[in-house]
Amino acid sequence: MANTDGNGYTIGFATVMVFVVGGVLAFLATYLKEPIRQNERFEKQQSILYAMGVHENGDDTGSVNFIPTDKVEEAYETYIKETYVIQGGNIEKSEEAFTIDMKKQSKFSKSERKMPLFVGERDGKKFYVIPMYGKGLWDAIWGYVALDDKLIVQGATFDHKGETPGLGANIKERYFMDDFIGEQIMNGNKYAGITVAKGNNDPKNETKDDNEVDALAGATITGDGVSAMLKSTLKSYIPHIQNLK
Amino acid sequence: MGLLSKKDQKLILDPLADDNPITIQVLGICSALAITAQLKASIVMSISVIFVLGVGNVVISLMRNIIPSKIRIIVQLVVVATLVIIVDQVLKAYAYSLSKELSVFVGLIITNCIIMGRFEAFALGNGPWRSFLDGIGNALGYGVILIIVGFFRELFGSGTLLGFKVLGDPIEKTGLYATGYENNGFMLLSPMALIVVGLIIWVQRSRNKALIEEN
Repeated sequence: MANTDGNGYTIGFATVMVFVVGGVLAFLATYLKEPIRQNERFEKQQSILYAMGVHENGDDTGSVNFIPTDKVEEAYETYIKETYVIQGGNIEKSEEAFTIDMKKQSKFSKSERKMPLFVGERDGKKFYVIPMYGKGLWDAIWGYVALDDKLIVQGATFDHKGETPGLGANIKERYFMDDFIGEQIMNGNKYAGITVAKGNNDPKNETKDDNEVDALAGATITGDGVSAMLKSTLKSYIPHIQNLK
Repeated sequence: MGLLSKKDQKLILDPLADDNPITIQVLGICSALAITAQLKASIVMSISVIFVLGVGNVVISLMRNIIPSKIRIIVQLVVVATLVIIVDQVLKAYAYSLSKELSVFVGLIITNCIIMGRFEAFALGNGPWRSFLDGIGNALGYGVILIIVGFFRELFGSGTLLGFKVLGDPIEKTGLYATGYENNGFMLLSPMALIVVGLIIWVQRSRNKALIEEN
């Protein structure tokens, strides 16, 4: 066995290791690129459809059941009628809406940002599905909220990158997301958004016009993140939805 | 375990109790605190660590004679990181929902002190088969504690196990909640994991006096 303590050997070893590991990972990344992209596309379609009520949830308040991946593409074609991109106050019909990266867009100022809008139709009713992206406690949170013509929330779905399991991570649980259904984002004629409120005396969420849903225990900052994300995103869509209907 | 010699059995069984990485060596505490609020997360994390530590130990053991000692820690780190990225990518491609479930935990495996500890303390000086057993044993020992802690935290913190409402519905006041029982939200916070681990250590040491250090 050669001397493994020499500098030459050490540098040689490190170099070879970098190439081997780099090669393995590069191969893996290229090989798995397509299936991963496809999974991400399915997930996005599932979330958009979930917000507008196309899902396989049972009547109980148990778990979240998205439409299965083998049916999602077909369902997406059926239910989503038009997609728009809003930029600098102008709205334009565009196929690009689906591929817009919300994370990238969140770095632009409000006037430059491209904002996608998905318009769906189910049982003769129109749904405006609005994607959003914000900050939770540890990392990114995002979601889709579906509004109807009267600006009442028809459904919502949230997800997160790294919120605390059992606490903030529960924003993707059904009991939290279901609370949003029927909530109003307007207070009279004024825009109010929806606040994730602690101790709002309405834990079962029976009052739908208070612009509030009950917060999650132990997840103050995640909840505030959801409120802020909803408030800032929904506002910029209202005029466009009123023009479209 | 007829297949294994006495010595090999010890490699698997010791870390489960008398040489447990968490309760005796107090390694891997960081992830034990972070992810045990739910039983499911604990189980999934345990399985991932079993895989990474088992395979990683074998890889390091096979390379043990050619690794330059000056950069051995970096080499170990590269091996763990590579394995973790492979796990992450494969899950993303073929088990997307599971990979979402795991999200941060997969990355957290890299920081798990048990893994680097076993590479350094065992795999560098032993053959691949024994290193494999050692890896599996330690990962199991880690997993057992994680699952125990996750069990109690989810049961008392959320009143559920693996998401099932075993104690009734806290909002509708059914089951145990009808008697005035309340969930202890404190159980969901990380400090309680430390206290639960502490209780496990206490029970373990009071049952086995040999574990108590003299000083």
